[in-house]
This record gives sequence, structure tokens and C-alpha cells, in this order.
Amino acid sequence: MWLTSKIKQVMMALTPGVVTLKYPFEPHPVPPDFRGQPSWDHHKCIGCGGCAAHCPARTIMVRDICQEIRLMLYDGGRCTYCGRCADVCPEDAITMTENYELATENKRDITQSMELFMATCKRCGRCYEHETTNAIDRMSMKGYRYDNLEMRAFIPVSTEHLDTALLEKTEKHKRPEK
Amino acid sequence: MLSNLAKKMFPKSLWVYHCNSGACNGCDIEILNVLTPFYDVERFGIKLVTSPRHGDVMLISGAVTRPTLPLVKRAYAAMPEPKIVFGIGSCTIGGNMWFDCYNVCGGAEKAVPVNYFVPGCPPRPEAIIYGVALALGLVDKKSAPVELKQMEFPIDMYERKKAWEERNVVYKLLED
Repeated sequence: MWLTSKIKQVMMALTPGVVTLKYPFEPHPVPPDFRGQPSWDHHKCIGCGGCAAHCPARTIMVRDICQEIRLMLYDGGRCTYCGRCADVCPEDAITMTENYELATENKRDITQSMELFMATCKRCGRCYEHETTNAIDRMSMKGYRYDNLEMRAFIPVSTEHLDTALLEKTEKHKRPEK
Repeated sequence: MLSNLAKKMFPKSLWVYHCNSGACNGCDIEILNVLTPFYDVERFGIKLVTSPRHGDVMLISGAVTRPTLPLVKRAYAAMPEPKIVFGIGSCTIGGNMWFDCYNVCGGAEKAVPVNYFVPGCPPRPEAIIYGVALALGLVDKKSAPVELKQMEFPIDMYERKKAWEERNVVYKLLED
């Protein structure tokens, strides 16, 4: 009796066939709602910094080096792939791609940096206008921001006008070490 | 270069020791998922072992928390040479959301030297297999740093302004 049951088991095991993926040699498609590496479109971006304000891991950093140029840095090292940056972007400049093959030996490989040209408002001298009905208005950080891009440190300080003293101060900022 | 070294160092099977350094269990479940018949990594001779003394490869998951830091260091020291460390998940690379947390080292790199990083939160099982295949030299690396620029400098507006100023200087010279 035990032999027939074993044969039955073998037959049951043979019916599904080979289920193993041939993955590294053949590509495997992702499910439709998969969130992979976010990618920036620098033609659409207006540099509002909403993604930087909403990122839960503080992985998008903003530095205004002068009135016109704003540097934005995305460090994939501590990205959660939550997609909130793509959600909050008013211009749909951020898309979550299907790229998940990001394994690397150098963690600089998963960074994206963007240099934006910010047009200055002739009236107020600021980079952009604050509207009361705008989604940007919900941001907690307004004005000029000086995160330390080298040390990947988020600095929760911003000023109304470009402050070179604060810029120099935050350039030397180091993350507190344990 | 590192993949060539890995080929020379590990001509036979890789035995993997899985080290949870305070992860949320997401990456651990994905690592276990890799060992299932669907993503069969025993094709590459990879086997999970329970003791660091048997392992060639350490899979770290999680940002190294303060209580686990000495244990991770001890587990790394207990592994026989040569050894490779894989950081699984975003926590091991930069500490993920807890990069500034008081109880976290901010990445596994501050505890042990990490050779390969597999980003993701958690990474797909395919991404982990891709990382292993990258270490074995089976696939090419696909990620590279991206630099985007909205405008090339110098901007012609400013050059025009400079030219305008120079022209004014010329006019002043003419007046004198």
C-alpha cells in the first residue's frame, strides 16, 4: 500500500512540471503596480521641493547654491520606494520606474543629482510664487534650503532670502555620530 | 574586479549565513523566498547555513541597531576567510528611514565592511538573485549615477549682460 501512495505522490509532484524561474538569464517582468527606482524628468521639474519635504527617509536633498541654481540630490541608499515623491509632484516629473536590478558594489551608483535653473520673480525676488491654493503651500520647508549633500544630511533650516553665511555654515554640517 | 576575485575565492558552492541585525522581517522573508523552489538559488550552489563558522557569505538585513552591533561584529569575526558581505535592503546601505535614529548605527557599513548592496524595501527576490549573480559575474551591472542638468552654463542672458556693461564702459571712454 505504501508503494502506491509514494507513486501517487511522485505523480502529483510531476504534474506541475518545472516551476523554477530562469531568472538571471531571462528577464522576469514585474507586476503592474510595482514601484521600482524613481526617475526624475528635469525638463518638467519646477524645483518646488515638495518631494524633498514629503520624503519619509529624507533621501531627497535640496541645496540652493545661489539665487538661480538649485541642486537636488536623490540618494537611493536610504530610499523606501514608497512613491510619495511621485504622488506629491505637481508636474508629474517623478515616475516610479520598473527598474529593480540595482545591486551594486558602490553605493554612489544609485544616486541621481539634478541641477535646476530657478527663474526669479521680478516682484518679490523669490524663486517661485506662493499661492494659497497651491499644493506647494502645504510644505513645511519654504524658501532657500541648504542641505549637506556630501554627508547626505538633511538640515531642517530654511531662510526667506539667500543667506551665504548659513550656506557656509551648513556646508560644514556633519551628521551626529553615535 | 571584485567578481573575478569572487570566482577565484569561491570556485565551489557559496554557503550563506543570514544575519538579522534588527530588520523588520521584510528582507528576511524575501531571503527565505529566494530559497524556495520558485527562485531556486541552489542552482548556483547557494545553501543557507545556521552558523557563521560554516558560511562564506553573510547576508545582513536591517540597519544595525545598538544591541545587535557587538553581535554582528562577533558573527563577522567568526566567519572563516575569505568572506563576502551582502547588504540586503535599504537599511543596510544608509539606514533607510532610521538613518538619524538614536538607536541605529545608520547602515551596516559602520559595523562590518559590506561588499555588495542590494537596495529595495524590501528588495524583490529577483533583485537578491541579481545581486548574487553580479557577485558571481553572471550578469552585468545596470546601475550608474545619473546627473541631470536643466540648463548649460554660462547662460547667454548673463553673457549679454556682461557685453552690455562692457559697451557702457566703451561709451564712458568715448565721453572722456
